[in-house]
Amino acid sequence: MLNTVLFYAFAALVLGGAILTITRRNAVHSAISLIVSLLGVAGLYLLQQAEFLFAVQIVLYIGGIMVLFLFVIMLVNLDQAARERQFNRQWPVGLAAAGLAGAQLGWFLIKGRDSFRIAETGMPGASAGEGNTELIADVLFREYLLPFEIVSVLLLVAVVGSVVMAKRRI
Amino acid sequence: MHPVTTTHYLALSAALLIIGTVGVLTRRNIVIILMSIELILNAVNINLVAFSHALQNMSGQIFALFVIADAVAEAAVGLGILIALFRNKETVLADEVDLLKW
Repeated sequence: MLNTVLFYAFAALVLGGAILTITRRNAVHSAISLIVSLLGVAGLYLLQQAEFLFAVQIVLYIGGIMVLFLFVIMLVNLDQAARERQFNRQWPVGLAAAGLAGAQLGWFLIKGRDSFRIAETGMPGASAGEGNTELIADVLFREYLLPFEIVSVLLLVAVVGSVVMAKRRI
Repeated sequence: MHPVTTTHYLALSAALLIIGTVGVLTRRNIVIILMSIELILNAVNINLVAFSHALQNMSGQIFALFVIADAVAEAAVGLGILIALFRNKETVLADEVDLLKW
């Protein structure tokens, strides 16, 4: 019961924030709406017993990426852009295409609703006293060690790449 | 009130994905296009965590972590490109960047 109420509250937060994000004229308002939406997603993680992802979402997304966004909004001059047309000329086509994709997704969800009814119980090991973070660490460092190392290389490349892009003269 | 099932999460994720897609396809401001991409990646994460919860398998949460790492890399590089673009063209509107157009 409480789960249901919380789910709908967080879902409203997520969708409301998302709609405000893509409709606001001022980019700072968009960023703040996006923070609300990401907080809703973090709440949904908590509802599904993904506590580690909840913490990562707050620290990394809201603390890291959004601060990066706000920095760039301050760095580039958006006043000119805020005064101009906000949607491009092809927006009816884009909206129609997205609506079509949404109709397809909805159709699949309605058709396949019964196949998603899988046993809904707690996470494995939760009864054995093993926390979510320990479970993630077990799987991450045993089965997914190589992808984990590759991600570290990817992040290094991204750091070097963004410095090369943003620097005037290397 | 019905109990919340996996289908609820999938429907929410689909709705968020579509909102993000609309943002990418219709907005002119590149900063907001990048934010819409973050919305799309979050929709994927909701999906992964929902199935991880339903199937009682941790792999979904690991993949969500990898998606978050990718989102960080994408945001850093995208915003770096945006700064370079703003320095050269004095614009942040996607359809004014038409050097390669005829």
